[in-house]
Amino acid sequence: MNFFLLSLLKAGLVAAVLLTTLAYLQWVERKVIAHIQLRMGPSRVGPHGLLQPLADVVKLLTKEDLLPPHVNKFLYVLAPFLAVSLALTSIAVIPFGPEIEIFGVRTEMGLTDLNIGILFLLGISSLGVYAVALAGWSSNNKYSLLGALRSSAQMVSYELPLALAVVGPLLLANTLSLRGIAEQQAGSILNWSILQMPAPQLLGFLVFAIAGFAETNRIPFDLPEAENELVAGFHTEYSSMKFASFFMAEYANIVTICCLATVLFLGGWHPVFPASMGSGYVPVLVFLAAAGIALYHGVNPARPKDRITLPAAGVVFAVVAGLFLVPVLKPVLVPLFWFGAKAGTMMFVFIWVRGTLPRFRYDQLMRFAWGWLFPVAMANLLATGLLVALWAK
Amino acid sequence: MDVPLFLLFAAIAVACGVNLVVQTHPVSSALSLIGVMGALAVLYLLLGAEFLAAAQLVVYAGAIMVLFIFVIMLLNAGGEKKSRNRPRLAAALGIPLLMLFLGIISFLIQRRVPSSMTVTFGGFTGGGPGDLGRTLFTGYLLPFEAASVLVLIAILGAVVLGRKEID
Repeated sequence: MNFFLLSLLKAGLVAAVLLTTLAYLQWVERKVIAHIQLRMGPSRVGPHGLLQPLADVVKLLTKEDLLPPHVNKFLYVLAPFLAVSLALTSIAVIPFGPEIEIFGVRTEMGLTDLNIGILFLLGISSLGVYAVALAGWSSNNKYSLLGALRSSAQMVSYELPLALAVVGPLLLANTLSLRGIAEQQAGSILNWSILQMPAPQLLGFLVFAIAGFAETNRIPFDLPEAENELVAGFHTEYSSMKFASFFMAEYANIVTICCLATVLFLGGWHPVFPASMGSGYVPVLVFLAAAGIALYHGVNPARPKDRITLPAAGVVFAVVAGLFLVPVLKPVLVPLFWFGAKAGTMMFVFIWVRGTLPRFRYDQLMRFAWGWLFPVAMANLLATGLLVALWAK
Repeated sequence: MDVPLFLLFAAIAVACGVNLVVQTHPVSSALSLIGVMGALAVLYLLLGAEFLAAAQLVVYAGAIMVLFIFVIMLLNAGGEKKSRNRPRLAAALGIPLLMLFLGIISFLIQRRVPSSMTVTFGGFTGGGPGDLGRTLFTGYLLPFEAASVLVLIAILGAVVLGRKEID
């Protein structure tokens, strides 16, 4: 198959999976937050509210698209477009798995591999500030402007520790290509950057995660859209699909940060223990266990309707477990499982933190970035550099 | 494929550069400057300088221009008032003279610089991060360190100026 067609196919596949993930990440978030707060969460549209994302999309599409008076029209329209296109671009350099051969075609799992992959990602994410800043400025609304100002200052401040934390794994792997970094961490959990000798990046990972929360404007760093102070911050004036674009961009950024953490620190698609010790059968066991639990609760239902939905879910889990045993699909699915498991865990932590922590005050936010996070990231970088240099001798 | 892309992004760079001067509002001008930076980054990429392209994007478009925009928004700078009474001579001769000046410069460059020194598309392969780092820390160590000291002095100056305001 020629290169162009293959790339088109892969791009379509990644885009479809990414957009579905975005829609359902929001559902997962609402469910998890609801259970943290002892509520039910969405439960009306479809079983367990599973069709809620679709309903939300229809709702947002059919809302009135309002253009407030006295706005800078060009920039007002440009901002959401910029936000969503930049957020979706960054997924292009993330590697999801090794080079595979399927139906006689050899290809890498992932859209592309740049030799400056990580710099590309940092560049694209640093441009994301403009979307927020321009949205706030062009809206002709003081709350929007305040949100945009806070956001620019916050994102510029936290980009520094983020970039410094990224350098640690780069030093260990000795390359800027994300695929190269992931391949360096093959083996077991001891070879992941977070635990790799000579310089385990535990501290770097922590700094990266905290700065990642701030870069994606999530609680406890969601001051750009602090509801009780700024109405909705920089996107106060946006409605309909333009509002949805900002929403999508936020979730796309979360997905990217989680994938990046997986690739840089958590060993990418490599399993926790080597395949020679049977890690290829972990996904089968996990999905069979899920099927067993679903079937058990289907046989002893807590609510009458669980008698149908839970066994159905159990059958689906069992079929997925079966797919991992098909020899043709196994080399594709097993790396994807590990990658998805790690990135999914990171996403769950993002939601968990939102359900747990209150918002920072603005001066605390800035003091934390410059007084704590930046020195820690710097010290981590120096120590990593020293250890790597000594080890190489 | 290189030449059409070069023409496209060179045209974008020039158009953004002209727009930068023509626009009256500071935010529009700053955005045009970002357009110039982005187009330049693509031109670096076309010439094989990947690291430089990424650095251009991260440093200029991602950091410096954000600060520009931030300051413009913080000061809430309004649009510039255009004065109508431009000298007639400047209006008539400005653009032709500019074209002539640029023409002379490009002619001189074409004549004086030997063709062995010009870069061709795909002819340069040492633009990766490793190559650039090696060059920077071996061949150009002194200018590199001198530039770092210069930046350090600028930072110290900024701190001194900032402290004065607080007291």
